[in-house]
Amino acid sequence: MSVLEKNHFFIRKLHSLFGVIPVGLFLLEHLYTNSFATQGAASYNSKIEFLQSLSYVLYIEVFLIILPILFHAFYGLYVVYIAKNNVLRYSYYRNWAFYLQRITALITLVFVLYHLWALRISSALLGTEVTFNTMVQHLSNPGMFAFYVIGLLSATFHFANGLWAFFINWGIAVGVKAQQVLGWVTGILFVILSIMGLQGLFAFL
Amino acid sequence: MSREFIHLKVKRQDTAETSAYWEEFKIPYKPNMNVVSVLMELRKNPVNVEGRKTNPVVWECNCLEEVCGACSMRINGMPRQACSALIDKIEKSPIVLEPLHKFPVIRDLKVDRQVMFDYLRKITGWVNIDGSWELGRGPRFPEKDRQWAYQLSRCMTCGCCLESCPNYSERSPFIGPQAINQVRLFNAHPIGQMDREKRLDAIMGVGGITDCGNAQNCARACPKEIPLTVSIADLNKDTTLYGMKRWLYK
Ligand code: SF4
Ligand code: SF4
Ligand code: FES
Repeated sequence: MSVLEKNHFFIRKLHSLFGVIPVGLFLLEHLYTNSFATQGAASYNSKIEFLQSLSYVLYIEVFLIILPILFHAFYGLYVVYIAKNNVLRYSYYRNWAFYLQRITALITLVFVLYHLWALRISSALLGTEVTFNTMVQHLSNPGMFAFYVIGLLSATFHFANGLWAFFINWGIAVGVKAQQVLGWVTGILFVILSIMGLQGLFAFL
Repeated sequence: MSREFIHLKVKRQDTAETSAYWEEFKIPYKPNMNVVSVLMELRKNPVNVEGRKTNPVVWECNCLEEVCGACSMRINGMPRQACSALIDKIEKSPIVLEPLHKFPVIRDLKVDRQVMFDYLRKITGWVNIDGSWELGRGPRFPEKDRQWAYQLSRCMTCGCCLESCPNYSERSPFIGPQAINQVRLFNAHPIGQMDREKRLDAIMGVGGITDCGNAQNCARACPKEIPLTVSIADLNKDTTLYGMKRWLYK
């Protein structure tokens, strides 16, 4: 048995956990920070500065954000690959959510890799600063803006629906009713996070 | 709905190796037929719509009351039992019959469901009571558990849940909801409990319970209305706790 096979249960659980902690928590923080853009450039810039001034910021970024995202994403690619979707034959709401979870996984991955490159890695390499104005410029192209809107909605859907699955995968929501109510709660969470994210994005227009 | 003929379109396959083909039939209508009785009628006079005599369609059935699972097939695309598929309740014509496609076809509509019985062996899908001495009366099953456990015990190994599960396919080693549900059943049993950890171990490897993606098609497809997704969630809790124990007690 390979190491992967031997630790299959653990790896799967880790994959599920990482989606919520730390990656999901980071998404919440990120969307919240971005929403300061609605209060103007000065407010937004001060929040960015604060985050960049955190102690151990590089370690936080690498170990609590980037590595967990990469693990969740690349192991997730395998999970996406092994599903044989059948939404046309069994077009139930939950089956669609299952399918969309996989589609949004792929979109979010492409988006996050680009986003990370364009606004974090390249600025770290070139030593440029990311400010409110950088964002205005970055999003001035309508195609780019649309890409961000799609990326944002994919990420919020993937997070909210993933949170639903998380509560089931850890045996927290067990009964039919509990799973249904959880579906509503996470659905509302998706709407709220999407609105918050969009407001942040539109503030850069 | 009044009709003179029942129009069947059957996906046929002569042997496990040869490729499939379609054949259509018209069977004289009688009231109160089901798909099994139509196939029996067809057997009497196996002539297709072109008027050519052909081999009678092969299928499997046994109980004729939706408790054995043998007659499972895809009827108008959906997996269900032929014996409980009442012709008078099917509006669509022709009625399309196909074998379940997640299992190897033996011939025509007859598939090999052996893999599900292998899964049951894998998860110790029974209560161990054999010993070299008299064991006496077993403990009673608490009534409140018996009620839900009875529901789980109605599984007839028909395979409809596996047929509809997007994560159950040749692409993935996933064991599927049928056997997972039986782990919950036998772990609830007062004597079955003695093999509890062995059963949990059996679904915690590659292709085990973690490979469920919560599409929840299985619970929709199950003709016995077994709450498969509840069983899976409940065992998610058990396997998680047991997984931690397994780790900390190493
Ligand atoms: S809930 Fe799990 S077992 Fe049921 S259909 Fe979905 S993936 Fe398959
Ligand atoms: S769980 Fe339901 S659908 Fe699955 S094999 Fe058993 S009876 Fe059939
Ligand atoms: S013949 Fe037993 S379920 Fe149909």
